Amino acid sequence: MKKHYGLVYTTPLTVWITLFFVAPILIIVLYSFLQKGLYGGVEWRFSLDAYRALINPVFGKVTLDTLAIALVSTVLTILIALPCGLYMARSRHKNLLLILIVIPFWTNFLIRVYSWIAILGNNGLINEFLRGLHLTESYVPFLYNQWAVTIVLVYTYLPYAILPLYSTIEKFDFSLLEAARDLGASHMESLVKILLPNIKAGIVTSILFSFIPIFGNYAVPLLVGGKDNVMLGQIIADQITKTRNWPLASSISMVITVVTTLGLAMLMLIQKRQADAQREEASRAAEFARNGA
Amino acid sequence: MLRIIAGFENPDAGAVSIDDIDILPLPPNRRHANTVFQNYALFPHLTVFENVAFSMRLKRASRKDVQLKVSDYLHLVELDGQADKMPSQLSGGQKQRVAIARALINEPSVLLLDEPLSALDAKLRQHMLIELDSIHDKIGITFIYVTHDQQEALSVSDRIAVMDKGNVLQVGTPYEIYESPADIFVANFIGETNLFQASVKAVEGELVDLEVPELGDIRVTTTCPVSVGATVNFTIRPEKIRISRAQPTLASEYNILQGTVEEPIYTGFQTKYFVRIDGTTTMKIFKQHINYTDEGPDIHWKDSVYVWWHAEDGYIVEDRPQ
Repeated sequence: MKKHYGLVYTTPLTVWITLFFVAPILIIVLYSFLQKGLYGGVEWRFSLDAYRALINPVFGKVTLDTLAIALVSTVLTILIALPCGLYMARSRHKNLLLILIVIPFWTNFLIRVYSWIAILGNNGLINEFLRGLHLTESYVPFLYNQWAVTIVLVYTYLPYAILPLYSTIEKFDFSLLEAARDLGASHMESLVKILLPNIKAGIVTSILFSFIPIFGNYAVPLLVGGKDNVMLGQIIADQITKTRNWPLASSISMVITVVTTLGLAMLMLIQKRQADAQREEASRAAEFARNGA
Repeated sequence: MLRIIAGFENPDAGAVSIDDIDILPLPPNRRHANTVFQNYALFPHLTVFENVAFSMRLKRASRKDVQLKVSDYLHLVELDGQADKMPSQLSGGQKQRVAIARALINEPSVLLLDEPLSALDAKLRQHMLIELDSIHDKIGITFIYVTHDQQEALSVSDRIAVMDKGNVLQVGTPYEIYESPADIFVANFIGETNLFQASVKAVEGELVDLEVPELGDIRVTTTCPVSVGATVNFTIRPEKIRISRAQPTLASEYNILQGTVEEPIYTGFQTKYFVRIDGTTTMKIFKQHINYTDEGPDIHWKDSVYVWWHAEDGYIVEDRPQ
């Protein structure tokens, strides 16, 4: 009798995930192996055209550009999020700071991106300021290049990186840092050798929460990016709405999925290697203690 | 205080030196003092081995040195087989020992122990106390041991400093602290005692006659100078008082009082009596059961008893100078 309850409880979630997560992914996989329809959609004939189309230098460049922007943005995001999370976790005004982090979510994403345009634009806040100081006579082109994309991406995904970091750092026992200092570690060493390994789970989550959406991002490069640095997300959107090549859009999506999965696998592998190395060292020492001396 | 020695806090005034070197300007990592933290503060992501090896790794010691020394120290704290366990897999006593090994491996001049046994249960605490003592005998460095448990303090210390609200009240051997407390706080804090205010009636060399309002006239010896008419504090330790139902015949240096047993508490090796003297005050009396035939268990609730002690066993404590 009891066994069946588990099934009952999990059914809604199973149905939901199958319907809205597994099925769409399977459709994308399927479409990527089909022939493109004349006016969008697909022809139900097997074809590798979509993948063959990927083998061209233009697409390779876009992939590398996207990867570069995503990596730089993610690294910057984590570098900013770490001290923020650290400060928040030790602050007396935790709840206030948490609310401040969440507040941007109350405003529409597009409006937030447009406010960046208002700040970085040629007649924007910063350029007005620079002109006021007579540092420039015309304007500095902050917008429509990969740096504008990076800034806005970092801004957008910072809360997603801070929150998981904050929640793991909050559970961290800061007396461990004192113990490390006591045992001869410098301030920096105590952070690197004790804090970082103990909040690794939070860092990994933050990386995933920022890298994955950044890598597939579409709106930000569209709004503040230049003509010369297109990201994969834009190409996918173009394939669906303009060129109407759904199989190609699907195969590009597959590229994003594969690259992300590979990155994830690598992270997990590194983590496992470290744990193994530590265990090995300890058992070698144990053996040494048994045989030696 | 330990946090000041370890370097996590700065004192308002004064100096701290180890081996005649002023260590106050040094950061915690450059001081020759290591701490055993109250909550152990073991690194949860590292094995027992790596926890102990932590300070050696920082110094970039060779792998062979690390293995040799870490297994030495794990052996010292009797954790030989536990090197590859994670701290979460250890019992309280084992964690404690890892913390000790980790602090000792640095070969500090001073080991700071911050209530190291407070998280352990009573039996284990006794065991670890003896263990700590024997480690101290083997290593021979200074241990500074902070505790609220006066029994712990008395049993392991060579010298005790009794502190209250940041002030050191008395520094001395356990014997000195217990037998000649410097003031009321120390007398009350270390061990149990009976404490009364009294005025001096007569002084005859070392022999002093006191008038204690609750007890009447009391004889006591003292080495500190007191003058007739002065108000002093008189204290007598419960285990130094004898108790019996029959009236004893004694010399004049003994104080004899009559009272009623209010509460006998039998604890096996001794019985604690709370005896009401003349209906005014209660005295604590501990009777050791030295022989099987001891009268102890025969003295019951509401029994009328005599209690007595030698004048030398009483003690005059000074008021704390304000």
